[in-house]
Amino acid sequence: MDLLAQQLINGLFIGSVYGLFAVGYTLVFGVLDILNLAHAAVFTLGGLLAVWLVEAAGLSLWLAFPVSVFCCGLLGLLLDRVAFAPLRQRADSNFSGLISSIAMAIIFESAALGLFGARTVRFPAHTISVHIWRWGGISITSLQVEIVAVAILLMVALTQFLNRARVGKAIRAVAENDRTARLLGIHVDGIIAFTFFISSALGGAAGILFGLYFDSLSPDMGRSIELKGLAVIILGGMGSIPGAILGGLAFGLSEVLTVALTGTSNLRDAVAFTVLFTVLILRPAGLLGRKKMREA
Amino acid sequence: MEALSQFFAVYGSLFNFIGINALLALSLYLTLAAGQLSLGSAAFAGIGGYTAGILTMKLMVPFPLAVAAGSVLAGAVGLVIGLPVLRLRGVFLAIATLSFGEVVRIVVLNLDITGGAQGLVGIPAITTTSGIYLSLAVAAYAIARLRYSRIGWCFESIREDETAAAALGINTTYYKTLSFVLGAVLAGFAGALYAHLNYIITPREFGFSVAVDLLIYNIVGGIRVWYGPVLGAALLTALPEILRGTGVAAGPVRMAINGLILLLVILFLPNGLASIFMRIGKGRAKAAAHAIPEEV
Amino acid sequence: MLLQVNDVTRTFGGVKALDGVCLSIAKGEVHGLIGPNGAGKTTLINVLSGVMPATSGEVVLDGSPVQTLPAYKLAARGLARTFQNIRLFPAMTCLENVIAGQYLVAPRPFFPRFFCLPMAWRQEKEHRSQAMDCLARVGLASRADFPAGALSYGERRRLEIARALASRPRLLLLDEPVAGMRQKGVQQVGGLIRSLAAEGMTILLIEHNMSFVMELCATITVLNFGRTLTTGNPDAVSRHPEVIEAYLGASEDHA
Repeated sequence: MDLLAQQLINGLFIGSVYGLFAVGYTLVFGVLDILNLAHAAVFTLGGLLAVWLVEAAGLSLWLAFPVSVFCCGLLGLLLDRVAFAPLRQRADSNFSGLISSIAMAIIFESAALGLFGARTVRFPAHTISVHIWRWGGISITSLQVEIVAVAILLMVALTQFLNRARVGKAIRAVAENDRTARLLGIHVDGIIAFTFFISSALGGAAGILFGLYFDSLSPDMGRSIELKGLAVIILGGMGSIPGAILGGLAFGLSEVLTVALTGTSNLRDAVAFTVLFTVLILRPAGLLGRKKMREA
Repeated sequence: MEALSQFFAVYGSLFNFIGINALLALSLYLTLAAGQLSLGSAAFAGIGGYTAGILTMKLMVPFPLAVAAGSVLAGAVGLVIGLPVLRLRGVFLAIATLSFGEVVRIVVLNLDITGGAQGLVGIPAITTTSGIYLSLAVAAYAIARLRYSRIGWCFESIREDETAAAALGINTTYYKTLSFVLGAVLAGFAGALYAHLNYIITPREFGFSVAVDLLIYNIVGGIRVWYGPVLGAALLTALPEILRGTGVAAGPVRMAINGLILLLVILFLPNGLASIFMRIGKGRAKAAAHAIPEEV
Repeated sequence: MLLQVNDVTRTFGGVKALDGVCLSIAKGEVHGLIGPNGAGKTTLINVLSGVMPATSGEVVLDGSPVQTLPAYKLAARGLARTFQNIRLFPAMTCLENVIAGQYLVAPRPFFPRFFCLPMAWRQEKEHRSQAMDCLARVGLASRADFPAGALSYGERRRLEIARALASRPRLLLLDEPVAGMRQKGVQQVGGLIRSLAAEGMTILLIEHNMSFVMELCATITVLNFGRTLTTGNPDAVSRHPEVIEAYLGASEDHA
């Protein structure tokens, strides 16, 4: 019983990282109706850059984190300028945008390889002090709590920002209908660029937390979360922020539960993708999705 | 003559890979021709490859029969999967086919008969270079002829505008499924040839990144004409060798060049490298077709 | 009667876009369908052509009920249409658009082509010359190799009619074929409709432009708020008090 409880808690921890990754993913889809497959590469670069800042530049993690996240935001701006903005007026911008995001993913991944090497790295041991709390058979580390706290904080901040701030409201207006938004005097291209900044910054943050949680980062670590992130945002309904958060948690739980119930990690991803496939066929808009997305 | 045989000794396997990749790219082209963005081709190749490999290796089935069985099974799975998923559009279809591909990969990874992660080892190496290129010639010729048959016109019409196509009497569900199944059959065929090339196949060789590679071949080569995917597959498969010949170091730089080519093509040559040849072939009026942006 | 529409209703989430519409079109007739904006004209044509099903009611084409058939089966029964917002295949040339429209009449089998049988080329030549005839019919023969996306607005409208004609339909539904056109374009399309009518083609002409319909149609049905207001000859319709009111009301909205 304790083992199961421990697994559920682990599932929530990793699920919150998936959720953070997926929130940025889904934000761009909500605004542009374009799947940004370079999101996972930004996630990787964020994690690796933070390690480099701590290890080589000697920054403390509390400084390296925001610096790396900000740099990832800048990568988001670059993504928009190079890969998405030039295609925006094209009739098949959904398709061509997907392709150019794949191109950018390859370029970013090669940059990660070139800058940080192919080896697996980790944050230095002294980066963050870890306490372990135990209740009976259940143990929770302070690192896990911090990861969840940061992830939740960022997600709550984003939700509040979208609901309250002027720019946040503008983002939602562009997501709803960019032509109308333009007529209302909203600077649509600027809003889209800003959305990319936020989305990529969140992706980078997820990369750092992911690296801390698993204590291992490599240039291809984005590959597996790329597919999982897709599953999460489909489950949650593409474009839906609360959907992405809940989808991330559900996905994290389903992973650990599959492992706990089957006793092997082999089928972990199979269950998730079977669920994804079924959801797509039965309810393409996802569990919390908006209807207009269905035809996109 | 001796120089020629030496050339083949060095580059023979490269030529085999080019041929196989061209066949796989053509299989995806069949589906893209009807406007359906699938990321399932690699999985269908896997189904064909494993089926044929198991048949020749474990049941001593004659090679041609095993290849036929692999193609048919891939096509049958394509039919079963295609009917429900082809109701989805664009990105959602891509994700559904992608998750199908992941499920196939994980199943193969966990079965005993497929050899799990080690792969299927000891498949007789029966496939010859001439066999590959004969198949490629027939497939390319058939696809070129298909374009101006009724099926080809239906595919084109559906890609351009599904509602208008239906108004012309085209059963869009039927033809979309047909394009998906034909693509699956050809992918299964190519996978079966590939399985009998190098004694061994592993699940990795039919995973997500291969599915994306096939899409990239099509985009770089061009999806408006049959030789586009062949051109894209040949160029991008040979590129690492070409770069090695010109002294470009392995790893990140080559990867970045791959990404850059894809990015430049999607930004500046939306119809791929083949469109350069198409312009020469079809005169000025046709060239204008791609220069004039579509009005909304 | 070639087409009969009996008491057709179509609702969108409780709102009745069509409310018991009745309509009948005789063979060889050019029938006008008019009404102010939002009267349900395009909904009706979408129901008739199978793009969306009717919520209730019956559509009879040449004696058999067709209200449950999907668009492609209706096309096979001889119904062709154009779209209010023009749905051409923009990357194809004009000739290719018409060739795509020949789906129902040109089999273009694969195997004779694959084996290079002479019959394939003979048939193809014949089909292409028929496609050229369709283009010539709408005055676009000289544009055959132009990409459809490069045509002027009026030319695109006419190309869409040519593509619809390629299947040799028995009933042609034209959805606002002169919307947004200048006088010259309107005259060209008017002449085209007249010449099609002279050949005995049955046409249902949906238009917002009242005078255009008055000129071309022997019978006119007026829709308003999803209901059939009246059916009759142009003279009677234009003097019908409710029609005048509907149009005056609508034109006030426009001003």
